[in-house]
Amino acid sequence: MTVILQGEHLTKSYGGVRVVDDLSVSLDEGEALGVVGPNGAGKTTMLNLLTGTVTPDEGRVTFSGADISRRPPEQRCHAGIGRTFQIPRPFEGMTVFENVLVGATYGRNQPEKASYELCARALHRADLLPRANVLAESLGLLERKRLELARTLATEPKVLLLDEIAGGLTEHEVHSLVDTIKQLRAEGISIIWIEHIVRALLAVVDRLMAIDFGRLIAEGDPTEVINSPQVRDVYMGSMAP
Amino acid sequence: MATPLKVERYTRASRIALPVVAAVIIAAATIPAWGSSSVIKQGVTFLTLVALGQMWNLLAGYGGLVSVGQQAFVGIGAYTLWVFSEKVGINPFFCVPIAGIVAALFAFPTAGLAFRLRGGYFAVGTWVIAEVYRLLVTLISWLGGGSGVSINSARGFSPTTRQAFVFWWALAVAVGSIALVYLILRSRRGVALTAIRDDEVGARSLGVNLTRSKLWVFVIAAFGTGATGAVIYLNLLRVGPEAGFSLQWSALMIFAVVIGGLGTIEGPILGAIIFFGLQQLLADYGTWYLIVLGAIAALVVVFAKKGLWGAIYRRWPADLLPVRRRLCLETVCFPEEAPPAQPPQYPIVQADNLSGEQPPAPSPGPGA
Repeated sequence: MTVILQGEHLTKSYGGVRVVDDLSVSLDEGEALGVVGPNGAGKTTMLNLLTGTVTPDEGRVTFSGADISRRPPEQRCHAGIGRTFQIPRPFEGMTVFENVLVGATYGRNQPEKASYELCARALHRADLLPRANVLAESLGLLERKRLELARTLATEPKVLLLDEIAGGLTEHEVHSLVDTIKQLRAEGISIIWIEHIVRALLAVVDRLMAIDFGRLIAEGDPTEVINSPQVRDVYMGSMAP
Repeated sequence: MATPLKVERYTRASRIALPVVAAVIIAAATIPAWGSSSVIKQGVTFLTLVALGQMWNLLAGYGGLVSVGQQAFVGIGAYTLWVFSEKVGINPFFCVPIAGIVAALFAFPTAGLAFRLRGGYFAVGTWVIAEVYRLLVTLISWLGGGSGVSINSARGFSPTTRQAFVFWWALAVAVGSIALVYLILRSRRGVALTAIRDDEVGARSLGVNLTRSKLWVFVIAAFGTGATGAVIYLNLLRVGPEAGFSLQWSALMIFAVVIGGLGTIEGPILGAIIFFGLQQLLADYGTWYLIVLGAIAALVVVFAKKGLWGAIYRRWPADLLPVRRRLCLETVCFPEEAPPAQPPQYPIVQADNLSGEQPPAPSPGPGA
């Protein structure tokens, strides 16, 4: 297995708070890695460090062996790192199709006309094709999350970083999203998926890491990690012996 | 997918609007033939305001660059007009595009400084840089120093000819600025700019290079503002550093754009019409004019954040200028309207047969 994306000893502080504290993460090609942890554990910051939205105080990020720690987000996108945002950030004044067009033309760095096919394919995979010409501001939560996915798929990522993409959806919606993500995995896209909905995660990921206070507390087989005493402590509170 | 894809641009509203717009432009071009001198002069004021508004809107509405230093480029345009017509000896009417180019060249060092700043600091920074340009002009005696210069070469033409050409130039910069923004939005760059307008972080994560887009917009806006500055001073015939680099220019642009609607093509045109109308109506009331303008600006900002065009568009969503892209399969386009939201099939909250005592009436306060 070759490592495609790696963060080594990442540290990030805001003021006096170490949000991410000497955290290392590595993703193999074709692998699906799940990330769990309580609110404020540093999951999203870890993702932001990998995508370049936030620059680390210490540590480095490599993609296919190349150091990309100082590269801006747009260059990491060009390299093949796609992401979705926990709180969807659609371009509200643009239609769904135009939203996806941004990813296809600028993410792939190609002429607009050459991108239409790619857009339609991304919309189709995210189940949004019939909504192509609707203004993004009129979308509901599920469709906004699907738009996040469609836009980043249009950049043809090698690695997909999903930030709580199932959060806030109904049981049924989560199911259909899990199906979509499974399919992307089958197509060979490597995935890091942050999620609170453990059942959805377990249906997809090969490996799970749990973090708390910006540090790794457990990593390995998904079921074992979820049942490990460290993770139980974090979520349930430690029981006095 | 095997189905052929097509992307449509025109809307029904735009099919009607475009010929109407063309007719209005042609009609306006005949004004110098029949309009009085004061009508022509006011027409120039209005048209240059439209151009300035479009350029500021491109900058702030699409580039996210809220500059209050655009007077730098009005002043640079005006002084370029003077330098090239008086010192170089070029026909002053040919100096308008030169003024645009010179202003665009000045945009690079300006951006080099101002782009280190963000948000409010950027706004103040651009203002400071504009002040520096003003002070530099004041210090250079070759440019007339603090007392300013006259554009005498334009006086060589008969007043009627001069006014007609100034008017046509004003019409050209107004129509040209609208056309420029329109063509930019329809281009590939327009996709990035609209995305930047809506969400910068999201745009970057999809591969849009913010700095490049912003620099591009800044230079184009400087070009348009500089050319417009030259037209304004072809009309006024005298420029001094205080007037040419006055903050008033930026205030004008910002007012027209904010009232009309930031981040749309139609908005700043509407804003310019309203501003101009108010100016005509309230011209005799002195200070009240400014108070009314201020009150309107405040009301629009509070009650119609997207400006008057935004409020109109909410009610009648019609794009007069077709900048949208609609995805179609063969001949069938996907609908633009979202289907009406389905009412939930079950009650979200239900309370039946509640009973209980009325809450006690609030006891009178100690002071009662």
